Amino acid sequence: MGGTFKNCILCCTKKPLVVEDMATNGYSFDDAIDGLKKLLSEKSELHLVATEKIKELTAELKGVESGEFNPVERIKDGFARFKKEKYEANPTLFNELAKGQSPKFLVFACSDSRVCPSHILDFQPGEAFVVRNIANMVPPYDTIKHSGAGAAIEYAVLHLKVENIVVIGHSCCGGIKGLMSIPEDGTTASDFIEQWVKIGLPAKSKVQGDFGDLDHSDLCTKCEKEAVNVSLGNLLTYPFVREAVVNKKLSIKGGHYDFVKGAFDLWSLDFGLSPSLL
Amino acid sequence: MSKYFKGDAAASKQVSSIGDELDKDKNYVGHKNITTLQATPQSSTFDPIERIKYGFKCFKIDEFNKHPDYYSKLAEKQEPKFLIFACSDSRVSPTNILNLRPGEAFMARNIANMVPAFNQLKQAGVGAIIEYAIVALKVEVIFVIGHSRCGGIERLLSLPNVDTSFDFIDDWVSIGQPAKAKVIAQNPCASDEELFTLIEKESVMNSLVNLLSYPYVRTGVADKKLKLMGGHYDFVNGNFQIMEVDYDIKPTIDI
Repeated sequence: MGGTFKNCILCCTKKPLVVEDMATNGYSFDDAIDGLKKLLSEKSELHLVATEKIKELTAELKGVESGEFNPVERIKDGFARFKKEKYEANPTLFNELAKGQSPKFLVFACSDSRVCPSHILDFQPGEAFVVRNIANMVPPYDTIKHSGAGAAIEYAVLHLKVENIVVIGHSCCGGIKGLMSIPEDGTTASDFIEQWVKIGLPAKSKVQGDFGDLDHSDLCTKCEKEAVNVSLGNLLTYPFVREAVVNKKLSIKGGHYDFVKGAFDLWSLDFGLSPSLL
Repeated sequence: MSKYFKGDAAASKQVSSIGDELDKDKNYVGHKNITTLQATPQSSTFDPIERIKYGFKCFKIDEFNKHPDYYSKLAEKQEPKFLIFACSDSRVSPTNILNLRPGEAFMARNIANMVPAFNQLKQAGVGAIIEYAIVALKVEVIFVIGHSRCGGIERLLSLPNVDTSFDFIDDWVSIGQPAKAKVIAQNPCASDEELFTLIEKESVMNSLVNLLSYPYVRTGVADKKLKLMGGHYDFVNGNFQIMEVDYDIKPTIDI
């Protein structure tokens, strides 16, 4: 028993010195080390660079061993699962989608990793054209400052002819927290974040006015929802949105996902233009 | 717009609120997952409110309620390792195609998954996402994913020979102009179909380069705390490609 055990240990711990497969063309670990030593003995000016690179390689190999986060593997696994469980299991659907998309929704959702509409509203491929940004903001029409949001709305409404726009806010939104924390004198410390969330300033003013006695956390919740209303109003600054809404081809809705309680709120914005009154 | 519009502009009507009622819903049978989905039904029967209610129900009952520890931990804090840029296209949600879980990826979605260069006047939206992801959340990987049959890239390719003009789209997709110029110069004999795919991929590379114009990205890459990756999802053939890039930012040399 002891002898067999000892042999097992030897087999398990013996590192293969020659990896004979296509990846290395029979080029062994020893060959690689010898090659490096030779180069460094001929060119001492490379020592510094070599030291750094060897340290990096050691760290990388340690990481691979200890099961550290490997993004390439994560992506590979994820796509393999999708391909097997959804893509290959639904050839009719994906053949149709390959030809074109006709989503019924344009959704604005926060970039927050916890609030993806594909998760919380179970949107499947083809259902929703999605824009994601900090604090799910829809900025007002501005061809200079806000071409990104404008392009998405323009494409969704004019080209895809979506029937519904839904702007979804959420609990514990870092962007809204940031908005509420901007000091009274308006000074900002960030390059972009505060400037961006200032789109929601009208919401901040409103909730501070209406609910000034609430604590900071409750105030933020009120602002999360009111900021959605500001965004809904901003949608109407786009002429093509206004026209589609007035012609009843497009509906505008606001939503709020509370991931603390596990709840979802939904409300609509009504907008109409009467014919001439005179 | 009529000068005398009867604006009902800010009327918000509570349509529905789904929360505790779901937990008491004893009639819930279980939702059809995608394996039984058919192609999109005719629009006359489509009710967006019901669709949203149904979707949240699926999530709440099949996911949220089944993993209370996971979701309560997530409610306290998010620690995504990825910042992902993906197209707004309804067919390419990274959550779907990469089977991501809530909490894994901070996401930016826009037309043609573009990352414009640092510009505080014109690109505060993208800038805010990158700034927040790196400075506040300390993501480890920025992953830009392009895809097949991208409408934004198609528009870029057809410029300037177009019949219609848009207020925003053309300016936005022109972020990818360097990619288009490079691909056309290097592939003088390619068909439009071939150019289309080449530009989709080159635009991802262009976006990765634009990422380096953000100081926090440069610092992260130089300190080896941040990795940049590109990807391309081909939903026509069911393939996915990853483009890894190494930007080796060396220490300064004093001469």
